[in-house]
Amino acid sequence: MSVSVRIPTILRAYTGGSAQVTAEPGTLREVIAWLDAHYPGLGGRILDDQGQIRRFVNVYVDDEDVRLAGGLDTPVPSGGQVSVIPAVAGG
Amino acid sequence: MTLSSTRTPTRFGYATALSCRECGHISDLGSHHACAECFGPMEVSYDLPPLTRADIEAGPLNIWRYRDLLPVRPDIADTPNTEPGWTRLIRADQLARELGMRELWIKDERGNPTHSFKDRVVAVALAAATELGYKVLACPSTGNLANAVAAAAARAGIRSVVLVPADIEPQKIVGTAVYGGSLIAVEGSYDDANRLASELADEREDWAFVNVNVRPYYAEGSKTIGFEVAEQLGWRLPEQIVVPVASGAQLVKIDKAFRELAGLGLVAGTSCRVYGAQAAGCAPVAAAFLAGHDVVKPVRPATIAKSLAIGNPADGPYVLDVTRRTGGAVAEVTDDELVTAIGLLASTEGIFAETAGGVSLAVLRKLLAAGQLDPAAVTVIINSGDGLKTLDAVAPLIAPVTAIKASLAAFAALEHATAEPESARKAGQA
Repeated sequence: MSVSVRIPTILRAYTGGSAQVTAEPGTLREVIAWLDAHYPGLGGRILDDQGQIRRFVNVYVDDEDVRLAGGLDTPVPSGGQVSVIPAVAGG
Repeated sequence: MTLSSTRTPTRFGYATALSCRECGHISDLGSHHACAECFGPMEVSYDLPPLTRADIEAGPLNIWRYRDLLPVRPDIADTPNTEPGWTRLIRADQLARELGMRELWIKDERGNPTHSFKDRVVAVALAAATELGYKVLACPSTGNLANAVAAAAARAGIRSVVLVPADIEPQKIVGTAVYGGSLIAVEGSYDDANRLASELADEREDWAFVNVNVRPYYAEGSKTIGFEVAEQLGWRLPEQIVVPVASGAQLVKIDKAFRELAGLGLVAGTSCRVYGAQAAGCAPVAAAFLAGHDVVKPVRPATIAKSLAIGNPADGPYVLDVTRRTGGAVAEVTDDELVTAIGLLASTEGIFAETAGGVSLAVLRKLLAAGQLDPAAVTVIINSGDGLKTLDAVAPLIAPVTAIKASLAAFAALEHATAEPESARKAGQA
């Protein structure tokens, strides 16, 4: 089983234009590492130099904002859905 | 500033580019709301022409008198739009006396076409959406924006799609649906509706989500509140201003407006202390301010101030920057305090504010009491919208109304019954 990851337009250059890709389950940190291994450079667009989620990126695991859950330690189970979204929206 | 007579306005006026507030990355005036390099927010940059007070004063009595300072075409006033702005700046002497202040003004945004400041931002977003070729005007909204988008789209003759959290006030549902666009209630909070909108914006290429993919233009519309405050004060900046904070864009853009006017030499005064106001049930920016943080940790909103119930505010970090740079603050008040403030504003000045306006006034009171606001300084507070849209919030203030027979005897009996407790109450207060 795998997890599915929604890629925003702004990052689709890294995924050959795909809006949705699959990855191995694990913690969110492991999922992002897996993505970076398969789509080189993608991890560095989601995480900053300190390895934290960038200030203007929101990441959701199964519709839950990971900053309200376990951050990068949030588990992404098999069949789970990760969504990466630019934070600059709304209001 | 270089003075040149060669500038010619384009379909985006004197705007020249979008630039990232975080890393400075520049892109063309297109549909980029997040920086391609770092996801930071893109902001409109200008090459402004020399501008005089007379140029502005000769313009229409709506936001388009400031068109040269907005990313809009020169003939924008002739396009079908709701003509928002030029709302009243009301001198609040009775309220000032109550608070022990010298000079207090209310910028009363009820005077806009759909009764909140959102008509301003939507008008600028609609102009950009038209230039960029979008066919549908859309938004996620806590209610006020929903009203404004639906009305502006109707006036412009285009389709609207509005996503709202399912629990918003019935007045805001009716006040959106009446304009005939698509209104979709989303289970969950505003932040859930906002996330869905961000995902939809990636899928629907001809939809302009005003506060998502055309947000850089949209947000510029809030500058007009700052422009008007300064012009209505006789071309001077106030010394302090209290602004309600939801996403934070309004506060950040009012500060930008003051700096632009000062840079153009159009106003007396060069700085204004900017204060942000939040409700305690959704105060992530106030919490970050107090803790000394420069990032904002999201919260789950739980407040009756639903127009401020954004748990993950996009401009939160910049609200922290602006309030710290200008010597202001961000503070929170309880739902009880904001309801009391709505009653105080209504009874002293005849202004029925929405809950967010109550939050502004309640924060003013709180910070005056704490010595963080100067009672002698020229002060403006923003009432962002109309109390008629948030009626349930003030229900606790309203005493039961007794019906009487249509006779003088019944009237006299009622007066007698109510007179004594009233005088006793007053005596007790003295």
